[in-house]
Amino acid sequence: MVTSVTSFSRTGLSDWLIQRVTSIILLAYFLLIAYQLMGSVDYTSWARLFEQTWMKVFTLMAALSLAAHSWIGLWSVFTDYLTERMLGPKGNVIRLVCQLGASLALVGYVIWVVVIIWS
Amino acid sequence: MLQVSLYRYNPESDDAPHMEEFSVDTGGKDLMVLDVLELIKADYDGSVTYRRSCREGVCGSDGLNINGKNGLACITPLSETVKGGKLVIRPLPGLPVIRDLVVDMSLFYAQYEKVQPYLQNASPAPAIERLQSPEERAQLDGLYECILCACCSTSCPSFWWNPDRFIGPAGLLQAYRFLADSRDTATEGRLAKLDDPFSVFRCHGIQNCVNVCPKGLNPTKAIGHIRTMLLNRAT
Repeated sequence: MVTSVTSFSRTGLSDWLIQRVTSIILLAYFLLIAYQLMGSVDYTSWARLFEQTWMKVFTLMAALSLAAHSWIGLWSVFTDYLTERMLGPKGNVIRLVCQLGASLALVGYVIWVVVIIWS
Repeated sequence: MLQVSLYRYNPESDDAPHMEEFSVDTGGKDLMVLDVLELIKADYDGSVTYRRSCREGVCGSDGLNINGKNGLACITPLSETVKGGKLVIRPLPGLPVIRDLVVDMSLFYAQYEKVQPYLQNASPAPAIERLQSPEERAQLDGLYECILCACCSTSCPSFWWNPDRFIGPAGLLQAYRFLADSRDTATEGRLAKLDDPFSVFRCHGIQNCVNVCPKGLNPTKAIGHIRTMLLNRAT
């Protein structure tokens, strides 16, 4: 049986709210990046942009938002399609393996972003 | 002649479901889909099995998948659904088939039961009736008309994948019907039971339910109201 124990916040309302707030943060971040890319971009201006503290914080917020947003979305997909109802007795094991893989990848991406922007 | 492709399955004799073809003479009339089924049962094969009762869109018994879209056979005219002289009739999707076009609706009713679809009021009952203002009564319009035909819930992918945990559009429309009722005092208890990741929030707003509802109701809108009530309750 599919349960909620691996969902991001355990409640539907919190997951729903977090997904909407993180989407706004991501939209703002990607609009900023798009705006920067519309101008002339070279290594110096790009490095200068990411040297500023506010941009580092904003990038970290975007990375954390992406991880939370992705997890909630992937959790929905996994609990729709990778279940005993859909795949038979092995459904729960397959779902947990996929959830473990996705969570490791997302944590890895966040750590990677932290290393890049704060090193 | 109308070419009718009918889903057939008899668990006592068939290993698997199959489609059976019929050429039906409609006499050039714009019949309802239910009339075509009645013709097939009377003139071609008396073993064809389906549910029907009122034959005027009130009882909700003959919900079927008609040319790919859920609807009530008794109020769906051929002119509305037939393209190229072909009519394909299948049972409502996502529910176990008992025989031919008859599905087991136990999961659907179990979800309906979860929302406690009856008035709950903690105060002593008045001598005659609990009164509502016209404005309070108007809040129930677009909600109380549901006939539980299951066309909406069985067109919803979220209900197909999690029929044991997602209440589905029909159940949620009824949940909001009692949340919106000024005479009901169990709002807190009702909302507390809906705040898990499946019951309400498995709805992704694709509006298949709105597209197929034979009564023209809008379960997606009702689900949005429930979300707002849950948000107001929590913040």
